Amino acid sequence: MLTSATTTPHQPTSHLLEVRDLHVTFPQPGGAVTAVRGVNYHVDKGEFLGIVGESGSGKSVSSLAVMGLLPSSAKISGDILFEGKSLMGRSDKELSKLRGEGISIIFQDPLSALTPVYTIGTQIAEALQLHDSKLSKLAANSRAVELLKIVGIPNPERRAQAFPHEFSGGMRQRAMIAIAIANNPRLIIADEPTTALDVTIQAQILEVLQKAKDLTGAAVVLITHDLGVVAGNADRLAVMYAGRIVETGTVDQVFRAPSMPYTIGLLRSMPNLATAGHTRLVPLEGRPPQLSNLAPGCPFAPRCPAVIDACRTTEPPLTMINNEPLNASACLRVGQIASGELSRSTLYPVPEPVAAAQRAEVPPEHVMAVSELKRHFPLSKGSIFKHTIGTVRAVDGVSFQIRAGQTLGLVGESGCGKSTTIMEVLELAKPQAGQVVINGRDVASLSAKERRALRKDIQVVFQDPMASLDPRLPVQDIVGEPLTVHGVPAKERLKKVADVLELVGLDPSMASRYPHEFSGGQRQRIGIARALVTDPKIVVLDEPVSALDVSIQAGVINLLQDLQEKLGLSYLFVAHDLAVVRQIADDVAVMYLGRIVESGPTENIFDNPQHPYTRALLSAVPVPDPAIERSRTRIILDGDLPSPTEDITGCNFRTRCPLFRLMDEAAQQKCRTSDPQNRSVNGSDVACHHAEHIDLMTPA
Amino acid sequence: MIGFIAKRFINYAILSAIATLSAYVLASLILNPASRYLGRNPRPSDETINAILDGLGVNPNTPVIERLWAWIVNLVTHGSLGDTIHNTSVISEMTVRAGTSLRLLILGTIIAALIGVFLGVWGAVRQYKLSDQVISYGSFTVLAMPSFVIGILLMILATSLNNVLGIQLINFTGEYTAGLEGGWWVHFWDRAAHLLLPTISLALMGAAGYSRYQRSAMLDVLSADYIRTARSKGRTRGSALVRHGVRVALIPMSTYFAYSFATVLAGAAVTELVFSWHGMGEMLVQAIQQSDINAFTGAILFNAILILIAGTLADVVYAALDPRVRV
Repeated sequence: MLTSATTTPHQPTSHLLEVRDLHVTFPQPGGAVTAVRGVNYHVDKGEFLGIVGESGSGKSVSSLAVMGLLPSSAKISGDILFEGKSLMGRSDKELSKLRGEGISIIFQDPLSALTPVYTIGTQIAEALQLHDSKLSKLAANSRAVELLKIVGIPNPERRAQAFPHEFSGGMRQRAMIAIAIANNPRLIIADEPTTALDVTIQAQILEVLQKAKDLTGAAVVLITHDLGVVAGNADRLAVMYAGRIVETGTVDQVFRAPSMPYTIGLLRSMPNLATAGHTRLVPLEGRPPQLSNLAPGCPFAPRCPAVIDACRTTEPPLTMINNEPLNASACLRVGQIASGELSRSTLYPVPEPVAAAQRAEVPPEHVMAVSELKRHFPLSKGSIFKHTIGTVRAVDGVSFQIRAGQTLGLVGESGCGKSTTIMEVLELAKPQAGQVVINGRDVASLSAKERRALRKDIQVVFQDPMASLDPRLPVQDIVGEPLTVHGVPAKERLKKVADVLELVGLDPSMASRYPHEFSGGQRQRIGIARALVTDPKIVVLDEPVSALDVSIQAGVINLLQDLQEKLGLSYLFVAHDLAVVRQIADDVAVMYLGRIVESGPTENIFDNPQHPYTRALLSAVPVPDPAIERSRTRIILDGDLPSPTEDITGCNFRTRCPLFRLMDEAAQQKCRTSDPQNRSVNGSDVACHHAEHIDLMTPA
Repeated sequence: MIGFIAKRFINYAILSAIATLSAYVLASLILNPASRYLGRNPRPSDETINAILDGLGVNPNTPVIERLWAWIVNLVTHGSLGDTIHNTSVISEMTVRAGTSLRLLILGTIIAALIGVFLGVWGAVRQYKLSDQVISYGSFTVLAMPSFVIGILLMILATSLNNVLGIQLINFTGEYTAGLEGGWWVHFWDRAAHLLLPTISLALMGAAGYSRYQRSAMLDVLSADYIRTARSKGRTRGSALVRHGVRVALIPMSTYFAYSFATVLAGAAVTELVFSWHGMGEMLVQAIQQSDINAFTGAILFNAILILIAGTLADVVYAALDPRVRV
């Protein structure tokens, strides 16, 4: 499995890429920031290395240093050897000959990474012509079309003429891969290539990346924050924390027997699709250190449960574990952890569930009932004489109920209408069609005064905790603002603000500070406090943890669960991360193109999905467990989510449906002509004609 | 696309018409054409003055609306903008002067644009280095200087250069040397020499403004991800900035270029006066001085048409540069 196992690690020239003691420092007015502090790693020919770390861990900076693409202000020391030759101190011109030809890189955000004013074909041809001056324009263009075909762009001749803004996110990332493999590089660095994409598209892109690797025989360095993504793809793994590699080994070594407390904590804190919901998440307390003024000692010491006095004075070097040359960990107590003297499973205390005495009594009733909700937007053309040319069916007949004290998880790809649905609900006004009933009252019949009073009962927490808090207001004003709206006197307001801050785990004495002084996780707690300050019964959570780092997520999810039990809250939880939903939701509704295609109790949906879309969605989610990942066969959906303006007759999923293709002609005809109604199959509410035949999709 | 441009053109045309008509009304209300005759010695009789003013269609005793209507009817039926107080037709006056102004404006704007873009890009790429600082301070100095000061400074420089060389190398009064003998080539050189200083004066002011805008547009682009992508393909930093950066940074500039072309007219009025050029700017200033309503309206119409053309051009250029706005 490992090519490096057969070569001797002592010959430096045998590695394709070797990074030795790399330091990167950015001089800044407030003191220099050392983003990378002595990183060593190597990649062999054809190998797949995964580099995992949270934001600010230095993983991207170290790879940009390899490409020579850091800003000129960065001070780099150490050595980078590619094919035995040092890349340090080379001029931009020399390095540019290597970039794209020897090493190429795939960036995270494919929208901003492609020049908006040139066609996709031109940008691929450019990469080819830069390294082959003899190549004619015509030949470069036809090769570009060929490359687009390889990465799976339908209609490549026509699409090569398109501009980046005419491509979807997934297609842009495919184009990026086409550029990266254009000159058959020996090394491809993929820097968070799937972070901005939906799971189904992520699965497609990872497959294309593997294909590109097989085709070019290149080694791949995959940089990601998602342990699940590397589990199934990488051969070896390096975990970075605060600018250093803190643990490295083969994928099995790191996942099976992690020996750095940080890695152990990271693996325990991630909601895992396979196990989520059965156990409480184990949060990794605290936050990564500021790299500008690092205290001496192990940078993880303040968050580490196994910390000893020596940790605070000396920074531990990477130490080989059990004499395995590729497996190393930077922890003083690595011996004790490896030998099992310090048990991995009990290293982090599992947080106690809310005591029965503290749990709120909730009457078994529906607090929210939405039926046949519709929201269509007219699509108009022309600036003087406007005329409607189509309809965007953003929400097209959605029904669900939430019981008191329960959580409904609403999942689906971006563009499926999740956000429009919750915005319609939060509007508390008469919908275009259908009915919204909150606390037993139809919102269409409310007067303006009653509507304002009802707003107290339903509150919302938004996705991005940085963007959704006014940066110019102190926290107490942000949290207390809903109370001003409802005319609560100032004194009472301050007391209430202090109470809810306490409740979400923030120190009330920090109330006069501003949002930028808090970390991401703390800011999301402020967002939650703001929602809770009116004592609502229902909280709408719009992707509340997706903008947070993995190690922070667990703490916020646990907080949300605790609050629900203490206060008897009902949640409408919107997310695209299925593992998080499984962890927190009692019921799940899966949305596709403005419809709920399957809904039911969480266990049913995750263990025994009845709709082909649910099945494909679940199979696309990577699981942070190499053994499971290797044994799984993915159901890869073709193409992108169709535009909600398209008129698809019959079932709107049939254009991408894997089950549709397996059915006989008569059954396919039914999908084409008749729109499936929701019906109950095996405990789930499913909108599929052929849910009984779902097992056809499972490979024998 | 053509439909879109046509629609924008019609919009601009309507706006130009409104601007011109408002200018006429405004001038009729404020300017007093009779004052010119009242101060004469011997003072003409009221009947004479009224007759003259009626002839020009600017008699304040006639209601503004009536005069405006007569002006419009005259424009539509005869294609005439009326007569100036010197009894020449406004149109003929404009045809003589427009060429003079446009020569100066077009040349000045193009040179200013080229220099401004280059300096802006250069300054952005070398941000906070010495050359960037020099360009910044230089352009601030020029921006802070009134245009007549620049004109006079250039004249002083040219005069001392002529003195040092001992020959009249640079001429700067008027459009050409009156009564010059010689063939086509001699006349061409003479006009070019006269054009030099006013063009430099306009180009300097334009370039100073453009370079600031271009610098900030370029700075936005410098840290863009696609520059990094271009470098990762194998372009050097410089070549990535030129091929991928400048092209994108020019997009917001196209609107600014087009409109400043029209607004340069205001600055050009002073420049024309300083260098004794008989252009549209001079016509506008003189029309106000002499309370000449018809000539004033004609000058405003000229400006409005420039903006009309510039606006349409800006839309075309924008669409040509940015595929995202093409329809």
